[in-house]
Amino acid sequence: MLQTFQDKFYQNFIEDNRWKYIAEGLGITLEVTFFAVIIGIVIGFLVAIVRSTYDKTGKLKILNVICKIYLTVIRGTPVVVQLLIIYFVIFASTDVDKVIVAIMAFGLNSGAYVSEIFRSGIMSIDNGQFEAGRSLGFNYVQTMIYIIMPQAFKNVLPALGNEFIVLLKETSVSGYIALQDLTKGGDIIRSRTYDALFPLLAVAFIYLIMVMIFTKLVNMLERRLRSSDH
Amino acid sequence: MKKKVLSLLLVTACVLSMTACGSKKEADTSDSGDSAKKETLIMATNAEFPPYEFHEGDEVVGIDADIAAAVAEELGMELKIEDMAFDSIITAVNSGKADIGAAGMTVTEDRLENVDFTDTYATATQVIIVKEDSAITGPDDLAGKKIGVQLGTTGDLYADDIEDAEVERYNKGFEAVQAVQQGKIDAVVIDGEPAKEFVKDAEGLKILDEAFTEEEYAIAVKKGNDELKENINKALATLKDSGKLDEIVAKYISADGE
Repeated sequence: MLQTFQDKFYQNFIEDNRWKYIAEGLGITLEVTFFAVIIGIVIGFLVAIVRSTYDKTGKLKILNVICKIYLTVIRGTPVVVQLLIIYFVIFASTDVDKVIVAIMAFGLNSGAYVSEIFRSGIMSIDNGQFEAGRSLGFNYVQTMIYIIMPQAFKNVLPALGNEFIVLLKETSVSGYIALQDLTKGGDIIRSRTYDALFPLLAVAFIYLIMVMIFTKLVNMLERRLRSSDH
Repeated sequence: MKKKVLSLLLVTACVLSMTACGSKKEADTSDSGDSAKKETLIMATNAEFPPYEFHEGDEVVGIDADIAAAVAEELGMELKIEDMAFDSIITAVNSGKADIGAAGMTVTEDRLENVDFTDTYATATQVIIVKEDSAITGPDDLAGKKIGVQLGTTGDLYADDIEDAEVERYNKGFEAVQAVQQGKIDAVVIDGEPAKEFVKDAEGLKILDEAFTEEEYAIAVKKGNDELKENINKALATLKDSGKLDEIVAKYISADGE
């Protein structure tokens, strides 16, 4: 029993340096997730500002319509399909780095969800806060920056952390465009050793660890921000 | 506290009974698989590999599908086809989820460690697909190039050994072909017959005359399931003698080799 365990372990990870598929895949997964998160935050922030400004003041009508279309399309289609469209349709005739394709696809996708999270945070702040800011002589932008945003950010942090966990795990479909991410790395080992157990469990374990570390970081940030409550 | 312990025990008992059921079921299926007297013969394949197997309407057809159907008929069984990713087929056969794997599968040493193979029923070649204006003329030119393959195929294994080549492993063969067509990669290494089908439908691509390697297709069965293997071998021999095998191949591949 132990012997077969050792053999299987050797065959799946040591032989032919197969662990490299996992290690390199992990690097790609982290790279894609990191940049997709940044793009997601930037897009999400901008869209949320447009949408809530429209809701509060009625300005930016055309931008609001564009944002709404973006939200409908991105949230209405699966991320795998978006990924394939970007790779095989939008970049049809060019050789583009697949990491960039994946970052774009997941960033665009995440942006739609993040914007709704931000918007819910902005809308959750009582209108009295807004009016108080204005009556103290702040203009709209100043009220947003100094009064609304700090409170909104604290409120949406758990939801935001959740979205990034989902994003991290969603990148596991990158294999569809032959990008060798963590999941694909496991798949390649599986296709060489025909053993399902070890590669799949190893991959699952690494995702789990990453999510646990990330959750811990978000919790720490949450505690830090909450200390200003007192 | 007592309540907690009790509920914990209950949960454990539940889980244990569930796993017990699970393993029993597994044992049952593998038993019936061994006896080969079961009504249905489950074939695992990857139906994106014309002309060996592909979707037509809501059915999976092709050379492998027809041969497996003929074999099943010889054995007095009914064929059921499960379509899955190519790299999952051996795992499926191994775990008893499928009785046989027939997917234009080449016999390799690594695969033999995990499954048994029947006698071969077809020979095949690995070929190289490139753009019509490509400078690549043979296997030797592939060093240092971007090569597309289907994950887990023999083409994948060969491409791995090419010096400095960057191997891109697609889930589907036609996706690799699409990528070479769009200029994302330099070449595709794939089985000869599917390559002809793909190139026929795709503009601006050609198959190099110089084949990469020659290999033999066989049907995979679970390791140690000698009875099923022998039965299939016998059925294959009968089909070969009666000319049925050639008939099936001729149905899908035109004889002039075009």
